[in-house]
Parts: sequence; structure tokens; C-alpha cells
Amino acid sequence: MEVVRAGALTTVQDLGRPGHAHLGVPRSGALDEPAHRLANRLLGNPADAATLETTVDGCAVRVTTGGATARTRARTGTTEGAAAGTTEGTAARSGTEPKTGALAGAVTEAVVTGAPCAVTVDGRPAPWGVPFRVPDGAVVEAGPAQRGLRSYVGFSGGVHAEPVLGSRATDLLSGLGPQPLRDGARLALGGGSGGADGGRVRAGAAPDAAPWVAPPRELVLPLVPGPRADWFTDGALRTLVTGDYRVSSASNRIGLRLEGPVLERAREGELPSEGIVSGALQVPPEGRPVVFLADHPVTGGYPVIGVVVQEALAAVAQAVPGTPVRFTAVSG
Amino acid sequence: MPESPVVLPVGRHALLIELPGAEAAEAFHAEVLRRRAAGTLPGVTEIVPGARTVLLDGLSEPRRLAAEVTGWEIPPPQRGSEAAVEIPVRYDGPDLADVAGMWGVTPEEVGRVHAATPFRVAFCGFAPGFGYLTGLPERYHVPRRSDPRTRVPAGSVALAGPYTGVYPRSSPGGWQLIGTAVDTVLWDAGREPAALFSPGTRVRFVPQDGGRE
Repeated sequence: MEVVRAGALTTVQDLGRPGHAHLGVPRSGALDEPAHRLANRLLGNPADAATLETTVDGCAVRVTTGGATARTRARTGTTEGAAAGTTEGTAARSGTEPKTGALAGAVTEAVVTGAPCAVTVDGRPAPWGVPFRVPDGAVVEAGPAQRGLRSYVGFSGGVHAEPVLGSRATDLLSGLGPQPLRDGARLALGGGSGGADGGRVRAGAAPDAAPWVAPPRELVLPLVPGPRADWFTDGALRTLVTGDYRVSSASNRIGLRLEGPVLERAREGELPSEGIVSGALQVPPEGRPVVFLADHPVTGGYPVIGVVVQEALAAVAQAVPGTPVRFTAVSG
Repeated sequence: MPESPVVLPVGRHALLIELPGAEAAEAFHAEVLRRRAAGTLPGVTEIVPGARTVLLDGLSEPRRLAAEVTGWEIPPPQRGSEAAVEIPVRYDGPDLADVAGMWGVTPEEVGRVHAATPFRVAFCGFAPGFGYLTGLPERYHVPRRSDPRTRVPAGSVALAGPYTGVYPRSSPGGWQLIGTAVDTVLWDAGREPAALFSPGTRVRFVPQDGGRE
């Protein structure tokens, strides 16, 4: 696979590298995790296969079948043959040939999920949210996001890169994993989960199309009180749930930065460094909160006033700069 | 009697356990690891020690654990007898003279004191492989620089507050730079383990001669 147009920011992402925070390593991984998982499900890939996370203006890659792809194809055929043989009743239940089985022997499949965008193969329209075939040498392009911010481009077998601590995710804070894509760069496809078989999962398990929830005009984030809420005045806590905040253009994979009223501290001084979770709403000295996302630092020295519930973070990943943000207090 | 830990909920799946001080935090962290090894800790994704806290993230029932931990019997930290990791260092940092001024000693004395101090990794953070090393007596604690550098070279040996540390890779940084680690790779993703430092690692700096020819 050759990068024809890297776009503003395109990175390799998977489910990240949890379990290493004590060594200073963030979890990282796809910011819109449901969209990433869906791309893999649609392709029959294992959940931890890597996809391309492309931001704002999409990307284009040329998919060529070299020796490696031929091997993937042969292996895929074998794996699926075995899966069909051992998974009783797959074909009988669905009443048809497993969908991906029919395609796998011929060509690479791709799918685009996450932020909707125009999808083309060699300039001809291809569907968004539905797997499509990519002939040898064809250029797959995901156009600019029409709603939301981040699209996920998945390929059968996944994007291959050398795993670091078990993950192929690009971590922009730490510099772990593959570098963000550059024009002309080459990446291999296949490799799946990193397991020996590079394994596709049971072919009949793939859904047909992508359920998708449009990014709301206003981001409403459920917020649980944070461990250092007592470092802020009562007024600050009121401001947080009543104030008008907007997504700042300085947001990135590390954090969603906000514009809006300043949160006043009740206590001054430095907080000794302590561990931080994804979704933590940290308030630096200038007073405007930051929602920490996948590439956030594992420890920090500024107080965390609240924690956005995990289930809301996929919507955060799709919030374009300028989107109004409201926090709503929920119980822990 | 040691004060009992304060348990602070962090979202719906994590607890931040705050201890009265660094030593109590170290003892508590050791107890958490002991319980995990013994299979008596509920499933947890991350165990992250901090300056005086331990974060437990990825818990399915944080409230239940919160109720338990305050009753834990925590033995004092067992200082392991494992060999210290030795870091060869040239004391040639751009802030050496400033630090010497704050300490009221000569620049040469800064290196002598630093190298004579047994350090331990209290916790990691900031970057993969960066350890916050404690052990420096309080009279040698120095503030961070008022104007952080946009680029600190990899291998820089630095001081800030109660800590000393070694920058694993080039990055912005505000610590006082007193030296350069020689032939030391703090982080190598292809190595097992990737990080030279992990919480609890003993560290000793070994001055190198001939570094200032």
C-alpha cells in the first residue's frame, strides 16, 4: 500500500496498548473506538486489526498486490476454509455463501467508517460504511469529512506495522508506533491481530452495513465529579455545568481543548503528580478545561475537576472546532 | 499509627488512592502489586503510582474495592536488595552553575553529591521510560526553570523539586539540566523490558571522567 495523499493527519490505530501506564506509556488507540471496531467487523477482521484514522480532509492510498498480498490471500483462503469447516452451520444459518468468503480469493476489501465522506476507488464512487472491492493497483480515497472529524479506513487483514508493546497504534504524545502517514510512504497490509495466522474471524459474522449516529450540533458530555473537584470554588463548579464552552481548534489526540469561561480555583499551589484516566477534565493554571483523550499523559500535576464518562468519548472524537459543549452532572 | 488512605473515585471505573506521603504511597503500591500477584485484587487494567497516590483504572466494581482498601493492613515498604541500575553520567549540563549557586557549592560538588545519592524510581510519567527518581535530601531540592526549554536533548540528567530524572528522548522540558547520561538507552521498544526504569527500580549515577576535554 502506497500513500498517495496523507492528508492533514492520518495515523495507524488499533485498540491501543493498555497496561503500560506505570511505565509512562499512554493507552493510545483509535479515538472513535466504535467506528474503528465497526470497520473491522464489516471486513471480518479481528477487533485488534489496525485501521487508518484520518482527520479532517481524508487520505488516499494505492493498494497493490505484491508477494505479501498474494500470501495473505492464500492464507486467508485457508483460514476461511478451515473456519467454514469448523463453524457449524454458518452457511446454513445465513442461507448463503459467507459474503467475505466469496470475495477473499479475488481482491483486497476496504471499508470507510466514522465521519462520513466521499469514498472513491480510482476516482469512481464507492460506498461509505459498506465494504467494497479494491482491484490491484487501484487508489482508494476517503475525502474530507462531511460531518464529524475522523474517518476510519479499514482493509481486509488490517494495516500492518511493527507492534510496539502489542499495539500498532501511533501515539502522538510519546512517539510510539508508526509515524503519521506521509505522501509516498509504504505500508504493508495483512498481519491481522499479530497472531500467527494473521487471522480473519469467522466470515459469516460480519454485518452488512454501518449503523451511524450523526455528531450532534451540541456536544453534551455527562460528567462525574473528579478527584480534585474540591480544588475549585463552588462558583467554578456551577460555571462548569452552566457555562457555554466551545471546542477549540487546538484540540488533538491528546486532548479536547475548550474555549469558554475560566474555572476559579479554591486552592492555589501545585498538585503532586498523579495518575490520570481518559475522559479526565484537567484544568491548567489558565483555567480552561481539557478533556484528556487516548494519547493523554499518564500522570499530571493539574487538578482534575471532573471525568467525562467513557461512553461519551467517541462523540468527543468527532466534535469539530467550534462545536458548543455543555457538561451535565451525573452520578458516579 | 499511619493515617489511613483517602479513596477518591475517578469516573466510573477508577479509584485514586491518596496516601499521607511518598513512603506510604510506595508501601501501598507494593501492597497492590502483592495482592494482584496473589490473585486477590479485582481485575484492573492500570496501576499507576504517583507522587503520593496510586491510581487503579479499569475496575468493574470500584465502590466495592473502595470500601475494602481503607481496611488493608499495609506493611512498611520492603526495600529490595536487587542491584541498582548504574547510569554513567557526565556532569556537563547547562544549568550546572545555576544549581551549584542554589546549593551554595561548586559545580564539581553538584556532581559529587548527585552521584553519591542512592535513588529509587518513585513513579513514571511524562514520557515512556521517564522515571521520577527520589532520594535527594530536601536541602538539594531546586525549582523548575522559570522559562522551560523547547528542546531538551535525549539523555539529559535533570533536577526539579524532590526529583531527579533522565530525559529518554528529545522533548520540551523545564527541569534544571546538570549532566548527560552516557551510553544509556532509557527506552527501547524492541528491548524486553522496553523501559530501563519502572517504579521501585534502584538507580545510581556513576560519574564519567574525560567528559569535559
